[in-house]
Amino acid sequence: MDHGTCNQSDISLLKRRETKHLLKVAVLLNDQIQGCIVRPRQSIAADERIKPLPYSYETKEEERKTKTKTKTKSKEDEAAEEEEERESTMKRFVYINDDELSQDLYCDNRISNRKYTLLNFLPKNLWEQFSRFMNQYFLLIACLQLWSLITPVNPASTWGPLIFIFAVSASKEAWDDYNRYLSDKKANEKEVWVVRQGIKKHIQAQDIHVGNIVWLRENDEVPCDLVLIGTSDLQGLCYVETAALDGETDLKTRVIPPACMGIDFELLHKIKARYSYGVIECPNPDKDIRRFDANMRLFPPFIDNDLCPLTIKNTILQSCYLRNTEWACGVALLNHQFTIFSLFSGNETKLGMSRGIPEPKLTAVDAMIDKLTGAIFVFQIVVVIVLGIAGNVWKDTEARKQWYVLYPKEGPWYELLVIPLRFELLCSIMIPISIKVSLDLVKSLYAKFIDWDYEMIDQETGTPSNATNTAISEDLGQVEYILTDKTGTLTENRMIFRRCCISGIFFGNESGDALKDVELIDAVSSGSPDVIRFLTVMAICNTVIPIKSKSGAISYKAQSQDEDALVQAAARLHMVFVNKNANILEINFNASIIQYEVLDTLEFTSDRKRMSVVVKDCQNGKILLLSKGADEAILPYACSGQQTRTFSEAVEQYSQLGLRTLCLAWRELKEDEYREWSLLFKEANSTLIDREWRLAEVCQTLEHDLEILGVAAIEDHLQDGVPEAIETLRKAGINFWMLTGDKQNTAIQIALSCNFISPEPKGQLLLINGKTEDEVSRSLERVLLTMRITTSEPKDVAFVVDGWALEIALKHYRKAFTELAILSRTAICCRVTPSQKAQLVELLKSCDYRTLAIGDGGNDVRMIQQADIGVGISGREGLQAARAADYSIGRFRFLKRLILVHGRYSYNRTAFLSQYSFYKSLLICFIQIFFSFISGVSGTSLFNSVSLMAYNVFYTSIPVLISVLDKDLSETTVMQHPQILFYCQAGRLLNPSTFAGWFGRSLFHAIVVFVISINAYAYEKSEMEEVSMVALSGCIWLQAFVVALETNSFTVLQHLAIWGNLAAFYIINLLVSALPSSGMYTIMFRLCRQPYYWITVILIVVAGMGPVLALKYFRYTYRPSKINILQQAERLGGPILSLGNIESQSRSIEKDISPLSITQPKNRNPVFEPLLSDSPNSTRRSFGSGTTFDFFQSQSRLSSIYSRNCKDN
Amino acid sequence: MNTKGATTSSAGGTDGASDSSSAAKRNSKKPKYSRFTQQELPACKPILTPGWVITTFIFVGVIFIPIGLASLFASERVVEIVYRYDEGCIPTNYSDQKLAYIQNSTTNKTCTRSLIVPKQMKRPVYVYYQLDNFYQNHRRYVKSRSDKQLRSRASESDTSTCDPEGTTPDNSPIVPCGLIAWSLFNDTYGFLVNNKTLKVSKRNIAWKSDQEHKFGSDVYPKNFQSGGLIGGAKLNASIPLSEQADLIVWMRTAAFPTFRKLYGKIEKDLEANENVTVVIQNNYNTYSFGGKKKLVLSTTSWIGGKNDFLGVAYLTVGGLCLFLAISFILVYVVKPRPLGDPSFLSWNRNPSGV
Repeated sequence: MDHGTCNQSDISLLKRRETKHLLKVAVLLNDQIQGCIVRPRQSIAADERIKPLPYSYETKEEERKTKTKTKTKSKEDEAAEEEEERESTMKRFVYINDDELSQDLYCDNRISNRKYTLLNFLPKNLWEQFSRFMNQYFLLIACLQLWSLITPVNPASTWGPLIFIFAVSASKEAWDDYNRYLSDKKANEKEVWVVRQGIKKHIQAQDIHVGNIVWLRENDEVPCDLVLIGTSDLQGLCYVETAALDGETDLKTRVIPPACMGIDFELLHKIKARYSYGVIECPNPDKDIRRFDANMRLFPPFIDNDLCPLTIKNTILQSCYLRNTEWACGVALLNHQFTIFSLFSGNETKLGMSRGIPEPKLTAVDAMIDKLTGAIFVFQIVVVIVLGIAGNVWKDTEARKQWYVLYPKEGPWYELLVIPLRFELLCSIMIPISIKVSLDLVKSLYAKFIDWDYEMIDQETGTPSNATNTAISEDLGQVEYILTDKTGTLTENRMIFRRCCISGIFFGNESGDALKDVELIDAVSSGSPDVIRFLTVMAICNTVIPIKSKSGAISYKAQSQDEDALVQAAARLHMVFVNKNANILEINFNASIIQYEVLDTLEFTSDRKRMSVVVKDCQNGKILLLSKGADEAILPYACSGQQTRTFSEAVEQYSQLGLRTLCLAWRELKEDEYREWSLLFKEANSTLIDREWRLAEVCQTLEHDLEILGVAAIEDHLQDGVPEAIETLRKAGINFWMLTGDKQNTAIQIALSCNFISPEPKGQLLLINGKTEDEVSRSLERVLLTMRITTSEPKDVAFVVDGWALEIALKHYRKAFTELAILSRTAICCRVTPSQKAQLVELLKSCDYRTLAIGDGGNDVRMIQQADIGVGISGREGLQAARAADYSIGRFRFLKRLILVHGRYSYNRTAFLSQYSFYKSLLICFIQIFFSFISGVSGTSLFNSVSLMAYNVFYTSIPVLISVLDKDLSETTVMQHPQILFYCQAGRLLNPSTFAGWFGRSLFHAIVVFVISINAYAYEKSEMEEVSMVALSGCIWLQAFVVALETNSFTVLQHLAIWGNLAAFYIINLLVSALPSSGMYTIMFRLCRQPYYWITVILIVVAGMGPVLALKYFRYTYRPSKINILQQAERLGGPILSLGNIESQSRSIEKDISPLSITQPKNRNPVFEPLLSDSPNSTRRSFGSGTTFDFFQSQSRLSSIYSRNCKDN
Repeated sequence: MNTKGATTSSAGGTDGASDSSSAAKRNSKKPKYSRFTQQELPACKPILTPGWVITTFIFVGVIFIPIGLASLFASERVVEIVYRYDEGCIPTNYSDQKLAYIQNSTTNKTCTRSLIVPKQMKRPVYVYYQLDNFYQNHRRYVKSRSDKQLRSRASESDTSTCDPEGTTPDNSPIVPCGLIAWSLFNDTYGFLVNNKTLKVSKRNIAWKSDQEHKFGSDVYPKNFQSGGLIGGAKLNASIPLSEQADLIVWMRTAAFPTFRKLYGKIEKDLEANENVTVVIQNNYNTYSFGGKKKLVLSTTSWIGGKNDFLGVAYLTVGGLCLFLAISFILVYVVKPRPLGDPSFLSWNRNPSGV
């Protein structure tokens, strides 16, 4: 054990000497000094503060030094050490396969997603519920009711509903939590193989500790996050499916770190801490599943004990599946790195949590309801104050004379407060306690209707739509702006290689398909070097993995659809990418096998917009840099001699056809140039901070002087029904903005072909561009001016802006740009980054617009989360967007149904339900208030406690809940007349004035009920309980008829709810009347036997409903709203073919000859070209190789703003 | 491409909807088609066509007017004698100090009046007393009772809700406790027709259910009206509460400040122009708060006592309905409006939309 001591002191000594490069772990050469571990264990166990491991190159040497030194440890060392421990909190260390050590470090692998435990459920849940303001209010009321001096009714009338409502939400939480517990348990008890004491053991997943070596077999689910250290593959590769994590279904390759390469299988199997020692230094757990910047160090007897950088490539994360690999093993690491936040229970929680806890979104309707609640609250306070004062005055003037009341001469100090408080309690029912619960209930039903909708199931993949966020369906009906991504959202994201331009020669222009172009096939077979190089880049410059099926057919697993298209096309042209074996790529070209060794991959990022690979040609040993990327990311880096003009023209031409373009380039690297760069690259690769940025910088140094090989054009089909959907939604008054990372021309073409902007003469495109502030500002001004003028014309004006100009505009001319955003119904923003997308959403939101963002890829996630409503398309780019979104749909065209049908119905139903809730509460409350005037303003409740309680939570809730089935117009009518959405957008059905209508109605009904009850039941009939029941029946009957009158479509369920509820009222009250102990014993029997009672109730109904019906009829017939007209038309005249309908049909025919299908270049007459034939800019010009073509010439004429960008080949 | 497409589509199918690990489960949970889930339940969608609305109003009017007439007729047939005696029964020498008069236990409170029967009154003739401006519904008053105590002897001491008339100063419970019982009406009426006493029956003036279930037959008045303050009537301590009909009637509090309570029944027809002599013991104090006291003799009909309200209301509402129906017809004839004409849709006239 003295070895241990000595090593501890070594370390401390080192630490004293090396303040920056601290060695946390003792480095041991052989098994004899295992005791050394004791020290680090203690320090780590004491605190998870972790110190950086040295990653300078000298460390190794220093380690050796430390080993030779022996000194006893002093207290100062300890102190110094602790201080340093505090300094660094960002990292943690994992000791590989150290059985004793890892026991008490970090947490074990037990997954616990439970929000509650048995013990804390009640307090925690109650606390959560009471953090809502409404609940606090009701609790306060309920507590006040416990004071019997002031309570007008039994406290049960508030406590009952309150407890009921709390119980409902609590049991929902409890049920969810129980399900989480069950799935946790299942995951925790799964059996896995782990190396323990050098032997493989079968243990439960929950017992895995950090540092354990876990063995996996093919198709196993990964139980925790692992760093790979060995696989069955000789090259150290394994394949994982990460669908559970990011939804991407293609296989990903994972490699073991170079340091572990070649470690013997047996050795791995037998490792014990004492024999080998390894440590992994990694950052503390975070939620980024795309990054993992860590370092690993293995110590002898492993050969390479150098520092080895680890990336996400070297890890397999929890809940992935191992595929196509016989076995793999890895070091358990940060067990919950990605599951601490993402709950491993069922799907919802896991995925729900993995995007963090999103801020609950508040819909416009909710905001309005809150506002109305606030208004009612103020009204209530006013009523309370007035009645309180009146009550006190009456008490002092009149009640003192009423000897039978026996008012004491001297009251307590709070006497003045008693009557106002009583009225407060009496009026507390003005704010319906049931509204939140009812709304929650119906909202989850709206969401269910979306999930269930058969017409929104993607037939191709069978994906149903899904509403992740159940609370914001009404907002769908109020959308004003839709911001949409292009690729994968409007288009299929199924890429097909269509055309190419290789060293100035265009292929595929005739037939529209380069693969069928005889010239190209000839060129390939004749071995034209340019073409072959082009094909090589197509086949190699990617991260595609070929997979050979048993029959010998090769399929490709690609993360990017573009790469897939290129590789497939290359294969069709006989350049077949056959095999990828670690770093060796095999290409089968014309039956000969060519091998390349991949030296480095310079990965694609959206900032770089290109990716490259460095390969070594195994035949001749040449080192090649192969690049592909967007034109602006490649063409500027062409070698000085090369003419890029043809290529930029090709890019231009292709993008006008709506094709996606990629520029392909290559360069031969010199041996030493590569070696030099390689060192830098490695260093950048092992950076822990800002690795991505450093890498990009290093890559930049290599990617220059490229020889441009050609341009590949890839077609991406529009999805079915996109133009129709956009057309319909635009008619519904929704403004569309297209935000795409694609090129301007491509974007404009797509925009045209999907009815985004109308072609001339109806449409106009205004271009905002410029590279400097001045240019942008000028162009912005011009566009604004035009906008202001053209807003009065029935023209479709859209502005087009690119990322660069947008950046400037948002930064310096935000005000002008905001105005533009308000004026313009349509916009196309190209070349925008994810954060700009989010910024644009933010901008529109700041103008008080309801925004909906729709997208399919990871780059849309920010925009989706930013928008009021995020819709994700569960498409080919994985489920990232769909997961971040509030709604996920399979296809863009479902958006139409989502908004027009589900959104609209939800809005209508919520509008009715919320206002009705206020109506019925106000109705009964007004009656109480009126009654207080004839009961000496003393705060007597006319109704008994049972009735009050049942009225709010039962009698009046059931019929209205069924209004979730109400449809004012049929779905087809709405689809034919999307303009009707205006009523929802503008909030016509729920606003202060409609609310005033309901308020007036409840006041009127209260007067009717009250006046009739007190007059009909005057004198000898004025028994309290009877009068109370008469008034209550009046209310119940009236509310039933109000619901019936406001219901547009009666299904069986509605009849059942409305009339069944009425029957239930009598049944319940008869039952209660049969109980001798109840206050209303025999009352209901008495009443029901009297014809007098029935004719009173009928009088109440007719007097209450007659004026309402007459008014409604009058407005319905003589001042009909659009909805009314359509209702009438729908129900009287069968299908209506309105102008709008005819219009859309003719448009869709027009669309068939959309530019995408034009194959002949000479026919390619850009639709946006003749936007302004009288413009001085009609002379076409092109400016060099720039990507934007600016035609602003005339400063004096406004019309000069009508810019166009076109290109003539 | 094919293989690729296939893999993607099958994978897309399995983990389609936003969630992944229970992908298979989700797929199997793909909603079963039902008309409910698709919101396609067969529905009847009535609209407010002129025909329907006008018919409804006419129908209501036609139904209402006969009912109104019938109730009015019934109300008219009820013969009612109302006699206010609170002012008249004060001797002239006390007219300035009514309160002193009524509170003085030594004064003679007897007051004899004669009433003339206007029409024949068929038996049973109900005798009511009517109080005006008496707030039996005052919160302090209405709550001051103990149903438990009234019901059974066992809860005799259950007077917590009876404040301030729960217990005597020496803390023994008052039965029946509370302000309501304490302020029991204590005027009495005697009737003479042709100098023959008319028997006023107290049988069945209280609700049978009250007598059987609300007021215990083993509960006897105790400590009642024995304190310093005497409210209203005293009760015979040897009669159980279930037999104290006046108390039971009084304890059914009225909802309005003007109310009638049944005093008794006269099981004899009263002929027209008959002279009924009433001997009133004017004990009850309504003078301090300006309340009125009235003696009411009334027959009954199917709508109860005399009350024109319903009849008038029915006639008014029925008339209004007919009026509305007629005016709707007129408006419809003068200015017909085709329903559901899409040309009313503004966006069809103005294609640029809203």
